[in-house]
This record gives sequence, structure tokens and C-alpha cells, in this order.
Amino acid sequence: MQQSETGPLEPLRRLGAWSVGFVEELGRIALFAVQILRAMFTRPIRIRPFVDELYNLGVLSLVIICVCGGAVGMVLALQGYNTLVRFGAEESLGAVLGLSLIRELGPVLTALLTIGRAGSATAAEIGAMVRTEQLDGLRMMSINPVHLVVTPKALAMTAVMPLLAALFIVSGLFGGYAVGVGHKGVDPGSYWTSLESNVTFADDIVGSFIKASVFGVIAGLVSTYRGYTCAPTASGVSAATTSTVVVSSVAVLVADYFITALWGS
Amino acid sequence: MTPGAGSAAHVEFADVCLSFGGRSVLRDFSCSFPRGAISVILGGSGSGKTTLLRLIGGLVRPQSGRISVAGDDICKLREADLYAVRDKLGMMFQGGALLDSLTVFDNLAFPLREHTEKSESEVATAVRRQLAAVGLADAERLLPGQLSGGMTKRAALARALMLNPEILLCDEPFSGLDPISVKRIEGLLCRINTQLGVTMLVSSHHVSSTMRMADQIVLLYDGTAVTGTATELRASSDPWIREFLDEGEQDERITDEGVETLDPERRPIL
Repeated sequence: MQQSETGPLEPLRRLGAWSVGFVEELGRIALFAVQILRAMFTRPIRIRPFVDELYNLGVLSLVIICVCGGAVGMVLALQGYNTLVRFGAEESLGAVLGLSLIRELGPVLTALLTIGRAGSATAAEIGAMVRTEQLDGLRMMSINPVHLVVTPKALAMTAVMPLLAALFIVSGLFGGYAVGVGHKGVDPGSYWTSLESNVTFADDIVGSFIKASVFGVIAGLVSTYRGYTCAPTASGVSAATTSTVVVSSVAVLVADYFITALWGS
Repeated sequence: MTPGAGSAAHVEFADVCLSFGGRSVLRDFSCSFPRGAISVILGGSGSGKTTLLRLIGGLVRPQSGRISVAGDDICKLREADLYAVRDKLGMMFQGGALLDSLTVFDNLAFPLREHTEKSESEVATAVRRQLAAVGLADAERLLPGQLSGGMTKRAALARALMLNPEILLCDEPFSGLDPISVKRIEGLLCRINTQLGVTMLVSSHHVSSTMRMADQIVLLYDGTAVTGTATELRASSDPWIREFLDEGEQDERITDEGVETLDPERRPIL
């Protein structure tokens, strides 16, 4: 007996179909990740494309990371000072900024900024290659496009994310210093001392590095996958670019919760 | 066709079925393409011409049937194993498929750098010889985005031949070109077939060129095919075949005449 499309079970049916589709998509992404891992250890090792992508994804993101990091640090210092001063704890501003930036804001905001700039560009570039049959051209020349095009981009994204996060954090700390010390009059020695005494390498720095690396893997995998599997049309490339930003951003935020929960425990 | 060619099948389809999204493209399709010959796959838009070439290249998999390419049944091969078969193939894509971040020179050098041990000077010599053969000697420093349609086709053809393939697949080499460029590409393909003995499979809806250059024509219709020489197809009593050939040649004759009456100074530049 055929179900009516407007029947009471229709929303359930749609939810089921969506869930199945979601799991299938996760499976495809996992298989794609396996292809990338396999390509990493397949000769020839493509150093030059990897270095080029480090430049495109990393070096060309330096300005936005530094500017945003500094701005976030400055705002944090303003807000933090206004709260701490009520409790007479403004000398702990360095610790507040340091812990906020290192544990959360550095890795997360760096990932979101990099996804918006470099992730979308990666998806668009690979999608354009799909649309113009360049990847098929590579296959017909007996060259694996995952090996030549995808893997260097995915690896570069993973490599640059922790570095950019570190830069974001440093920029934020100096931005916070400029506002807290330069504008609000916090003692500079206290600023750095509170930062140093409250931030630990094992818990905070390593945890921040792990988060940023995981976010880099997510951004690299999602952006390359979306571009690689997009429909070979202009709207397909556009959809791939948009979904890269949305899916990567949500995945980063969800991953952040789980990493924080696991690391903290 | 080269001497001694045409005796054995270089590519063979046997009962191949392919459909996309419920729409049948090929139904029990069987056909063979002789070694050393120029076979033109003719048909209207959406008839499956490009799909046939993509099936031969392993870029698309059929639902059933067998496709033999230079003795290998490619339907049974995994993606990694297809690369060995593709070493025998060269493909000229409809849009060129040139790598847009590389110059014309580097596009042609790319397969040599990837698959041979040639020195850079040997690569440069080979690339420049190929560029001269297709009339692009002055274009080596240009990027693909700076090329005209005809130049893109010739660069793509040159790249497809860099590794001396046994079989050359040409997807719509005449599409989007003016009549002078069409004749130029046609001449190039015939010369390549004659001098190098390359088996050529050309997908096209350009009837006039097909009739001039094809040793065998495979006319696609509704998922199946009619095969024959130009003479045999012209003599066919099937009304659809006659209409297709007559309409196609008439449209192209009008275009050719239109070009020939143009002021020579206003004729299209290649």
C-alpha cells in the first residue's frame, strides 16, 4: 500500500531518509579520507604542490589572522577588564586572556576564519577543475587526481591550522596587552606574570595544538571532498563552496565540544 | 586509414547497457572499432557520443556488458588498474581540459615529466616539436584562458599525443569552431592517423567532416547504433539516417558558404 505524501508518518519518513543519507555521506567522506591517507605514502611524494599550498593557505592568511587575533584580544581585554575590576582582580587580565585565547578562541576562531577564506577557495578551485574536466584529464594521463591535487591541499590545511592558531593567540595577547596595559593601566609585569603562572604547557598549549590540528583535518577533508564531488556545473561549484563553509564550521564547533570534554576529563 | 589497418578490433563493445538516473543511454550496445582506422561516432545531442568515449577511458562504468580496450576487459578492472590501460590512450576533451594554472608549454610537458625520465632539454624539444606540428609554436607561454577555441583544441590534441598513444579519443573536436578551424583540425587528425597509425575514435555531430575523414561511422540513435562507411550510410534507406545526414550537411554547407563570401580581411582568425 502506497503511503500518502501528506500522511502522518511523512515527517518520520523524511527524517529516516535524511538520517540514512547522512550516514552514507559520512561513509563516503571516510573512504575519501582513506584515499588521501593512501596517497600520502604513494610515490612520487609531491613536495612542491604541498609547499605551494602551504603558501596559499597559510601565508596568504597571515594578515587576516593577525588582524582578527589582535582585534579579538583587544575586545577581550576591554570586556575582561570591565568585569575583573569590580572584584579588584584586574591584575589577572593576562591569565583571563591567555586561557580564553589558548583554550578556545584561538583554535576555534582561527579555524572559522581559515575555513571562510581558504576552505571555500579550495572547494571552489577543485570544483572548477571538476567542471572543466581537468581532473578527468589527469585520470586519462594515468595520474591520480587525489594524489596530485587533493592530498597536498588537505595536508597543507592540517599543517597550517596549528601555526595560524598560534599566531592568532600571540596577536590576541599583544592586542590585549595594548588595551589592558596601554589603555587601562594594568601593570605590564602582572599581565605577563598572571599569564605565565596560569597557562600550563601540558594542559593548555598541547590541548590547543590538538584542537587546531583536528580542526585542520576537518577543514582540509571537508573542503577537498566537497570540491571533488561537486556537480560539474556552475551551481554545483557554488553549492560546494557554500556547503564547505557551513559543514566545516558546524563540524569544528561540534568537535570543539567533544575535544574539550575529553581533554578536560 | 593507415595501410594494414582495419583488420582487427582495437576497441570492442559487447552488449553494453548504461543508464543515468533512470534514462537509458545505451541498450545492449555492441560495436567494434578497427585498429589504425578513424572511427567517427555520430549522433545528435544527448545520444551518448561523449559517453562512449568516457566508457572507453574508464571514466564511466556500464551497468552490464564488456568493453575491450587493446585486449583488456576494462569493466573488470579496478580504478588503480585502469591507469595501465590509459597509458595506451590519449584523450582530447571537448573543452580542452588543460590545467589552467600551467602555460601551454607546461601542459604539454606535464605527461612527459610525470611518466618519462627525459631531461628538461629533451622535454622542451619534444614539446616544441609538437607545438609546431599543431601550429602553436608562438603560444607556449600563454595560459589556457588566453587561448581561442581553435587554439585550445589544438593544444589539447597536442597534449593527448605527447606519450604516443595507440588509441586517440577525440570528444567533439569541431564543436564551437568556425569552418576554417574545423578543416584545420580535420586535416591535423587525418595527418596524425596517416603518419603515426594511431587508432582514432572521434565523437562529433559535424556531418561533413565525418563524411570526409571517417573510415567507419557509428551513428547513435536511441541507445543503439548503425555502423557503416560514409558511402553505405548515404545509401541507406532508413528515413531517419537520411534526414540526419542531409540536414547536417545542409546546415554546414550554409555556414561554409557564408564564410566564403566574407571579405577576406574579415574572416575569422584562428
